[in-house]
This record gives sequence, C-alpha cells and structure tokens, in this order.
Amino acid sequence: MNAGRPNSDGERDADIIPISAGEHHRAGTGRRGHAFGRDGPGATGAGTGAGGGAAEDRTEPAHDGHGPIERELAAGLRFLRRRLVGDYEVDEFGFDPEFAETFLFPLARTLYRHWFRVEMAGLEHLPDKGAALIVANHSGTLPIDAVMLQTGIHDHADRILRLLGADLVYQVPFLGHLSRKSGHTLAHPADTARLLAKGELVGVFPEGFKGVGKPFRERYHLQRFGRGGFVASALRGQVPIIPCAIVGAEEIYPKIADLRPLARLLGFPYFPITPTFPWLGPLGLVPLPSKWIIQFGEPVPMSDYEPDAADDALTVFNLTDQIRETIQHMLYDVLLRRGSAFSR
Amino acid sequence: MSSMRASGTARVVLVTGVSRPLGARVATALQADPGIERVIGVDTVPPTTTLGRTEFVRVDIRTPSIAKVIASAEVDTVVHLNLVTSSTGARAPMKEINVIGTMQLLAACQRSPHMRKLVVRSSAAVYGSSPRDPAVFTEDDEPVEAPSSGYAKDAVEVEGYVRGLMRRRSDLTVSLLRFANFIGLGVDSPLTRYFRMPVVLTVLGFDPRLQFVHLDDGVEVLRRMAVEEHPGTYNVAGDGVLLLSQAIRRAGRPTLALPAQAVATIGDMGRRFAGWSGYSAELQRWLTYGRVLDTSKLAAELTWRPKYSTEAAFADYVLAERPDGDPPLTVIDRLADVVGGIRR
Repeated sequence: MNAGRPNSDGERDADIIPISAGEHHRAGTGRRGHAFGRDGPGATGAGTGAGGGAAEDRTEPAHDGHGPIERELAAGLRFLRRRLVGDYEVDEFGFDPEFAETFLFPLARTLYRHWFRVEMAGLEHLPDKGAALIVANHSGTLPIDAVMLQTGIHDHADRILRLLGADLVYQVPFLGHLSRKSGHTLAHPADTARLLAKGELVGVFPEGFKGVGKPFRERYHLQRFGRGGFVASALRGQVPIIPCAIVGAEEIYPKIADLRPLARLLGFPYFPITPTFPWLGPLGLVPLPSKWIIQFGEPVPMSDYEPDAADDALTVFNLTDQIRETIQHMLYDVLLRRGSAFSR
Repeated sequence: MSSMRASGTARVVLVTGVSRPLGARVATALQADPGIERVIGVDTVPPTTTLGRTEFVRVDIRTPSIAKVIASAEVDTVVHLNLVTSSTGARAPMKEINVIGTMQLLAACQRSPHMRKLVVRSSAAVYGSSPRDPAVFTEDDEPVEAPSSGYAKDAVEVEGYVRGLMRRRSDLTVSLLRFANFIGLGVDSPLTRYFRMPVVLTVLGFDPRLQFVHLDDGVEVLRRMAVEEHPGTYNVAGDGVLLLSQAIRRAGRPTLALPAQAVATIGDMGRRFAGWSGYSAELQRWLTYGRVLDTSKLAAELTWRPKYSTEAAFADYVLAERPDGDPPLTVIDRLADVVGGIRR
C-alpha cells in the first residue's frame, strides 16, 4: 500500500459522516464556488493532481484584501475568459484536463459518492506511475461504469485513466468529442500502443457493446472478450494487465427488452426498455441507486512472454481466457460481499 | 539515411507552382543558396511577386513542353509544389492540374538522364478523416476510409504516380511530404476561407482535433529536402493540436453549429451560388472528425522541429487577421476589474 493514497476504508469513513459532507457542500458554494475545487471530504487526501487551472486558482494567495466571494468570482471570470478565448490545451488525443477537472469529475463525483456509494478495493494493485492496462467488465445499458471507474481512479490513485471506446462512440454527435475531452480514445491498436508507450494507465472493456447492452437476466455473466486485441497490445507494450470487476452497474438501468427496429432506425446498437424507460420519460433516465464495488485484482505480468507472442494467436487466446476467468471469479466474490443490490 | 549534401546534387532546381505563395517562397529560399546554379520556376500564370534570380518559365505542366524545359536546362532536382488544394473555379481544371500535370511532370523526370532528386508536396488529406481513424497517423498508416473526392483524392493519385516513378527510376532520391493545413501570411486555402465566412458553420456535436503548419516551416522543410538527401515519406505539421472550437474562439469568430446534413446542404448551396469556394465534402469530413499527424519521423530525419507549433502558427494567423480584441472579452475584463480580483 502506498503512503498518501487513501484506500477504500478512507472513502467509507468519509461516507458515514453525511452531516459533515452536507455541510461542506453548502459551505462550498459560498466559499469556493464548487465548480472550481474538489468538493467533499477526502478531496484533500485524494492527491493534489488537479491539473490545469483548478489547482492554480485555489493556491491563490489571500493577501490582496478582497473577500473570498470576490476572489472566487475573479477566479470564475478568469476561467470563463480562458474557455471563451480557447486558451487551454488538449493533448494529441483531444484530452482536455481542465474540462475533466472542472466539469466531468465534480459531476461524476457526486454520483460516485452519494448516488452509487462506490467503494474501491485493491487499489494497491495499481501502479503509481508507468503504463498498465486495466481490463474490466462492462454493463449498465449506458456506459456509466466507465466514468465511475475513471473518477474513482482519479480521486483515489491520482491517475488519469485513458479509456478505449468503440468506434460507434466517435460517430455519435457530442458523445465522441465528450469522450475525447475526457481522455478517452478509439480502441485501436495504434492508439493503445501510443498511450502505453507514453506510460499512461489505459482502461478497456473487451466486452464492448455486447457487455453494456446485455439483458438484465444475463447480469454478471461476462460476454466474449472481443478478439483478444487488448492482450496483444499488452504483450507488445510489455505492460501488466490489471483485472477489474465492477459490481453495481448492472442494476442501474435493468434492460428487460430491446426495441430492435427503433435501434436500427436511430443507428444505436440497441434501444433499451427498462422498468422506468421510456415509461417515465426523462425521469426514466435517472439510474437506479444501486450499491457499487469496484475491485482490482492481482496484475498479470506480460514480461514472462516475448513481445512477439502478440502474433501467436494461441498465446493470445489463452491469456484472454485466463483474464476473463479471473474477472468472472472476482465478480462472483464481490457480489457475495456486497449482498443486496440496493444495500447501504 | 541522413543529411550531408552529396557533391553535385541540386545544381539546377525546377520549382512548379512558383506563382503561388508557397512556390514563390521556396524559390526565394533556394536561390539564396550559392551552391545552386539555377532556379527555374514554372507555372501557368505569371508570378505576382518578384522572384529574384529565379528564372520564370511560363509553361503548363499538363503539356509535354515541361519535358523540354527539364531536358534543355539539365534540371537535376524537381520540387513539385503544384498540388492545388483550393480551386477558385470548377473542379475539373483543378483535377487536370493536379493529376494530369503530375503525370506529365513525372514522365519528363523519368526520361531525363540529369534527374537526381524529386521533392513532392502532398497533403495529410491522403489519410482521410473518419470516426474509425487512429488518433494519430504515422506515415505507414493506410487510410481507414480512403478519400473519394476533391484534392484529397488527387493527392492519393499523385502519390500513386510518384511511387510508380520510384519503381522505374530507383536511382532517384524521392521525398514525399504530407503537409498538414498551411497557415500563415498570404496563405489562401479552403481553411482560411472557411474562417473568413461571416458566420463559421460547424457540425453540431463534433469538435475535431486540427493541426496546422506555418508557411515558414513548410518552406524550410522543402528547402532542406531539396538541398539535402532525405528520401522517404514524411508527415509535416506543427507540434500539438487545436480543437476547432478553440481555433474559432481564438480567432474570435461567430459560429453556428448545425447538424451534419444541414451543414452539407448549406455548404453545397454556398459553393454553387454564393462562391464559397472553400467548402467541400472533404473539408466537412475534416471539420467533423479531424486528423492528427505523428511528425517524429521528420524530426528524427532532419534533427529539427518546426519553429511554430500548431498553436503558434494559428496565433500568427489570428494576429494578421484580427489585431484587436473582441467584445465579449472586453465585457469580462471590465467585470474582472470591477471585482478587482485579477491582479496578474
């Protein structure tokens, strides 16, 4: 366990003091303009990785004789100005750290803490720095599990998870560029290799749409793991694969049926019918507040193999199966540990 | 394979497209080199600027007369910059110049016993733009969706003919340069025309990653390719990327985001009836999905980096277009003064 990295217990401690959390929230709006700082307890302990303007604004010295509200307003205006003139940087994949720190993570953090009450376990398996490939199960009809995984890793391990998305994501208006701004990119061997070579922590859901869009009755049953492309990438890059089990996402939008003709018409991979959608209209888009646990497993090193093993189909298939089995077992274990889906 | 000037190369240089800004600049850079005896510039129209000791020959490269020039002047180096990316007129003559012109020129090169080196300006447009592209293109990548229209298709065909010549004249040193979009003083391209539209149309829900290359850097790369030995295909672009939204905000232009189909319809109407020569289907694809180049091969070969990053190149363009600030920002700055928090 690494010093300075809060574990899941730290997170749970934070969660069983709802009063202080609430206070912090209310105070937050006045004191620091909640969009510009990390709100909630644990934020200070969760590392100071706030890149871009967010960190700068908070370390502003308080000696200029202005009240906190004015300072906040000024910081807000500065931020607005930067965004309006386009004075921020994105990397070659389109990742916009300022956007992530200011909009994505604060929004997702609220869901993460208070709606899904996510617990992260096995954080000691994540490397402090350097490349690794996190392989997780995918579920929930809408890929909210991806955002939760990214937010948790950001808050607790102080790393930006670079997720790999299906090509459909990049065809859909808004989704594609939001995904790039959040640090994701296309699940393409070249992109994976490039990210791993830069020492990034890369995340992939090999089940793809088969996983996220599977019917509720098949919950927690892993689908086929693509064609093992992720194993080939890890072998070529000689980076460890970290299996990850996400429990809780299956219950957020229980997909009980699929309107295929409508899906085909709209160009979606499926058109879900859930107990609340589309019956309740927009209200049906509110995810059910299931209890989540995200568990990381023992890293599987690729250094036992030669990089050339990526071209040996049998090695790739065997490793793919091995990792799939590992995650399936982790899922069953964590499910037992969690108990009821809507427990505290 | 690297750099030293082999004795006897680049004695007589022929530059095509010399009446346009890039050609004129390259001719000027080459004639400053005392090692080059003669610089011959050819184009179909007379140059608008003085070319110094560059000898201008008015010749249509679509006709066999280009072969006479090459043979009689004992040209040893051809710098082919004639790719027209932005025809002000109809499509057919542009294709003639790009494709038939290149065929004639290459036929002449193949025949001439004095020929030693060929430098060809191509375009990054050969990679196309699609949602299934890798985030960053290297020279070895094939387009996911090959360009099917406009100058991008011409560039693909031109590259095909250049490869054909390389097979037939393996003694030639051939440098093929895939440039990102040029920007800088005097550059007139579909892009600069696009930014000059009264209201800049963007595709709703897409924010592509763009790259630019400054004219100065483009000239320097072409000059070095002409006087040194750097066979191969190279991407040329300023470091870093800009999102379209950033670029538009930095240029202070008003925008209108419309669904893709509407942009296509309006753009097409504009091209037909309002003389928007900048608009084309391939421009729209680029403005939807963007494109980023890996320029490390060029940097390693020349041990050189562009003087202007993508950001700096664009800033230079904005400075030339719009020397004063824009109204929404003055409002924010005024507000910030009232608040009194901005003390930087």
